[in-house]
Amino acid sequence: MDQQHPILETIEPDVLTRVVSRREALRTGASTSTAIAAGLAMASVPVALAAIARDVYAQATTPSIVDVLNFALTLEYLEDEFYRTGLAGAVASTLSAPELNAIQQVSKHEAAHVQFLTAVIPSLGGTPVVKPTFDFTAAGAFPDVFSNRVTFLALAQTFEDTGVRAYKGQAGNVASNATVLTAALQIHSVEARHAAQIRRLRGQNGWITNNERGDLPPQSQATYDGEEAINGSVSSPAATEAFDEPLTMEQVLAIADPFIA
Amino acid sequence: MHGERTRSITLSSISQLWEASTRREFLRVAALGGSAILLPTLFAACGDDDDGGPVDPPPDSTVTLDLSSDPGVLNYAYALEQLEAAFYTQVAQSFYPGITAAEQQVLTDIGGHEVIHRDFLAGALGSARIPDLMVDFAGANVDFASRFSVLSTARIFEDGGVAAYNGAGKLLKDVNNLLTAGKIVSVEARHAAVIRDLIRPGTRDFAGDDVVDPSGLDQAFEPGFVLQDSGLGQFITTPLEIIS
Repeated sequence: MDQQHPILETIEPDVLTRVVSRREALRTGASTSTAIAAGLAMASVPVALAAIARDVYAQATTPSIVDVLNFALTLEYLEDEFYRTGLAGAVASTLSAPELNAIQQVSKHEAAHVQFLTAVIPSLGGTPVVKPTFDFTAAGAFPDVFSNRVTFLALAQTFEDTGVRAYKGQAGNVASNATVLTAALQIHSVEARHAAQIRRLRGQNGWITNNERGDLPPQSQATYDGEEAINGSVSSPAATEAFDEPLTMEQVLAIADPFIA
Repeated sequence: MHGERTRSITLSSISQLWEASTRREFLRVAALGGSAILLPTLFAACGDDDDGGPVDPPPDSTVTLDLSSDPGVLNYAYALEQLEAAFYTQVAQSFYPGITAAEQQVLTDIGGHEVIHRDFLAGALGSARIPDLMVDFAGANVDFASRFSVLSTARIFEDGGVAAYNGAGKLLKDVNNLLTAGKIVSVEARHAAVIRDLIRPGTRDFAGDDVVDPSGLDQAFEPGFVLQDSGLGQFITTPLEIIS
């Protein structure tokens, strides 16, 4: 991996556009911002700007709806390529019929989500982020991801449970647009259906108890941290199952980062 | 109570919605953001005017869900959670013959979650919460001794619950309430997937093409639609009035 946070390079144009545009507008007037936006959208974002973007996130700047959708698109790119690669690889022939049914259906949905978001973002005046280059071995941590069904399904569960929490965490950031909000919720519940099925195929319950990752590798723990939160007055394992918890954009990017080459 | 209003429609049964004229009117009203008034299915239709209506329970027991405010929307969710909790409670009182240990655990866990959802919303709403609703499963021909009947009904509740929360999210004004609803709906979606897989194990039904569209989107229903067309309303005998 050549940078600390490569994913930020792929996701930042819109955030950067706003930041730089705002600064430029203050200094020279708004007329320059269009050219800057065009330049940023076309170029791969230099490392220095990625660092600025990191600072923007650190300051908890509320992302725009396009930012959120590009964030979602990045996750969908990841899921889509993961399942397509799996179905085309050696691992596919080792899956049971129920496993294959599930992965094929999930893969179909993730491809549809990529297509959907890629169409929606321009309709809002945004530019879809470029698909990152993925490394599902996570730099060698999961060398048999596309040949060993245990590894493949373990990562599938991690990605789906993360996806649920990622969309949940962004609902409030797109709430100003009812159409986008509803669509995001409609994707959110599909991710939850996926998660439940893959969990059960792996011998887990369909829902998450406390912050338990079950038999997943330690690298997956961040996907479950915080799920033990208590909502309301009932404190019990069942009460933690009854509510899924959100993740912030930063938390999700940290989970995804090892899989970005 | 409704005859003169152009932005409301009164329905006495789900089947009425399938009549073309009623359905057109319903969709027209729904498109205007208008209200749908649900009359319980167990009572005869009252016709087009307001001279009929339910006779039992008395009209003054009508529960109003004012969806123009967050408490109203959360009460709508509370109504659905009451229904789900009542269903699974009854399921667990006498599981259908031949139930496997795995199925019993699933239904017990889901029932526990729904009771937690119901009680959580009751606590969050406090004095703003609606009364306990009357539900009737026998009148809707649920056979608790039949695996197929129980699981099919559970599927209606879970798929319908997902669609209801998905459709109601935009009605919530406070993002904290939206987040709370989001915490619940994904668990409902997990339930839906599990119930569907119990019905048709190992298939693609957990996220079947009947509930997920070609764009990969789950269902999202307007409140009036949920209480009519999704089949959820048939189990509630308390008259509900929805105001948008």
